Amino acid sequence: MKNLFITGLVGVGLLGTSLAALATDAHTRVIATTCLSCHGPDGKSKSAMPSLAGIDKAYFVAQMKAFKSGQRPASVMHRHAQGYTDQEFEKMGEYFAAMK
Amino acid sequence: MHFNRRDFLTAGAAVTAAGILPSCAGTAGSGAPHVIVVGAGYGGATCAKYIRKWDPKIKVTVIEPNDKFVSCPISNWVLGGMKTMADITHSYDTLRSKYGIDWVKDTVIGIDVDKRQVRTAGGQTLNYDRLVLAPGVEIRMDTVEGYKEAHAAQKVVHAWKAGPETALLRRQLEAMPDGGVFVMSVPTAPYRCPPGPYERACLVASYFKKHKPRSKIILLDGNQDVASKPALFKWAWKTYYDGMIDYRPNNGPKRVDMKTMTVHTEFDDVKGDVLNVVPAQRAGEVTALAGARNDSNKVWCVVDFVTFESTAAKNVHIIGDSVLSNHPKSGHMATNHAKVCASAIVELLNGRQPDPVPVVANTCYSAVSDSTAGHVATVFRYNPEKKQWDAQPGGGASAQGDEINFIFNWAWAENVWAEVLT
Ligand SMILES: Cc1cc2nc3c(=O)[nH]c(=O)nc-3n(C[C@H](O)[C@H](O)[C@H](O)COP(=O)(O)OP(=O)(O)OC[C@H]3O[C@@H](n4cnc5c(N)ncnc54)[C@H](O)[C@@H]3O)c2cc1C
Ligand code: HEC
Repeated sequence: MKNLFITGLVGVGLLGTSLAALATDAHTRVIATTCLSCHGPDGKSKSAMPSLAGIDKAYFVAQMKAFKSGQRPASVMHRHAQGYTDQEFEKMGEYFAAMK
Repeated sequence: MHFNRRDFLTAGAAVTAAGILPSCAGTAGSGAPHVIVVGAGYGGATCAKYIRKWDPKIKVTVIEPNDKFVSCPISNWVLGGMKTMADITHSYDTLRSKYGIDWVKDTVIGIDVDKRQVRTAGGQTLNYDRLVLAPGVEIRMDTVEGYKEAHAAQKVVHAWKAGPETALLRRQLEAMPDGGVFVMSVPTAPYRCPPGPYERACLVASYFKKHKPRSKIILLDGNQDVASKPALFKWAWKTYYDGMIDYRPNNGPKRVDMKTMTVHTEFDDVKGDVLNVVPAQRAGEVTALAGARNDSNKVWCVVDFVTFESTAAKNVHIIGDSVLSNHPKSGHMATNHAKVCASAIVELLNGRQPDPVPVVANTCYSAVSDSTAGHVATVFRYNPEKKQWDAQPGGGASAQGDEINFIFNWAWAENVWAEVLT
């Protein structure tokens, strides 16, 4: 087991910086895509839910902050928005803005 | 990003096993890594889709016995006469073709964790690099005396897996005379869909109110109180169905007699025209084949929440209802598990580090009449130090039903079906 750990650590060490970046991407792609169970595949809603694909990043971040603070009244989004950080709003905003 | 020493070591070991020593990880001979997903319900179908979306180099095979996806969410609306079986039945065709998923219509009956092989009822043996088990729940028929026989005779069904039983229960309710009694039981938590039984009581009551107003519902609950959204459901029972629903907490079924159509509890003998007994549940059978039904009661599966890999079976990931956690056993939650798991598998098979701090969320809408609904919603953030999911502030449940939530309840269903299957 000890050898395995050492080899693993060397592996991680070699890939160090890019790994940190990738881990952030993996985090963002998961939190963003979990929203799609309500907002529709690829952010394109098939129903009464609003679409998120191609949304303006600044508008998105402002809405999420407004849901979080309660400034924008909502049926359900206030509960979700309070669970995420401002940094996650930024990252998700980039993700959805780029979604076609 | 911040790792403690243990996480770092674990992650390092995982990278080694999966990526840096590919011959050790063993790619079933062909080069491209192969993931087998067992069960194409909410969790499995989503996981298969996202592995292919995020890394098309990975070969994905789904093994699922059913021809079609039949949704438990909205199945209570079918019982209430608001939707039909056709509304909750969906094709797998788009999922298969759009994402290039190999499909085996079969049931897994054997797993060799050391050889990394699964065996199917149809006699196939398939090799995997990583296995995802998403079998939902097994209904423990033997926990209520007489239930097995009553169920086999189709006299008393659970309809806790959507399909022919949903249609049968609906027919039984339609055939029930005005003034009849519908007896339903709720298993002790944890069970699939905490608000489900109470939503069912509401929607059957809504149907009775319109078509058989002299009828009664007796709700025998194994729990001390309504297990989910208690304020919402009690509000609805009083507001819409006053006098129709007789709620009896702490009064779960012990025995069912199909000849006299009676449910026996510790305290009561309750006769009904239609009996809907929902027994206790545990992780799907197939998880036991991998030795992964490993919590202290051998009922649910313990997993590492960063990857959803079983703590008992290496390279075997478990998602959805079968998992032991503080998450409600919901379809919405299963789609979230699926995405964390798919992302982690993609990272591991590429020799990278999975996200050490995933965040998931649940929402369960429940209709309380034919035009109003409420919800419960919670965001869960993984806490790597404590190895648990911390519910984030802001989560909670509606105290009353309204029309906006009803509109979004159906909108959720349409979008989640599209998200899982297209
Ligand atoms: C009445 C009712 C109402 C509900 N309402 C909601 C709701 O409004 N919202 C919500 O989010 N959730 C709801 N749920 C809960 C939801 O249905 C489950 O939580 C969800 O289906 C769990 O997903 P899963 O992937 O774990 O299992 P499932 O969706 O059950 O999928 C399991 C699949 O695995 C297959 N399988 C099992 N064993 C094998 C094997 N050995 N080999 C191959 N395949 C196998 C099965 O055929 C099945 O297709 C409701 C449930 C009920 C009963
Ligand atoms: C339970 C379903 C559900 C989930 C899950 C959900 N949303 Fe929403 N979202 C809604 C609804 C419904 C609205 C309309 C506002 C309201 O009533 O809450 C909305 C509105 C929004 C809006 C405003 C859109 C506009 O055009 O002004 C944004 C932005 C948004 N959601 C982002 C997200 C993000 C990001 C996530 C995931 C972290 C998410 N949503 C998860 C249901 C959901």
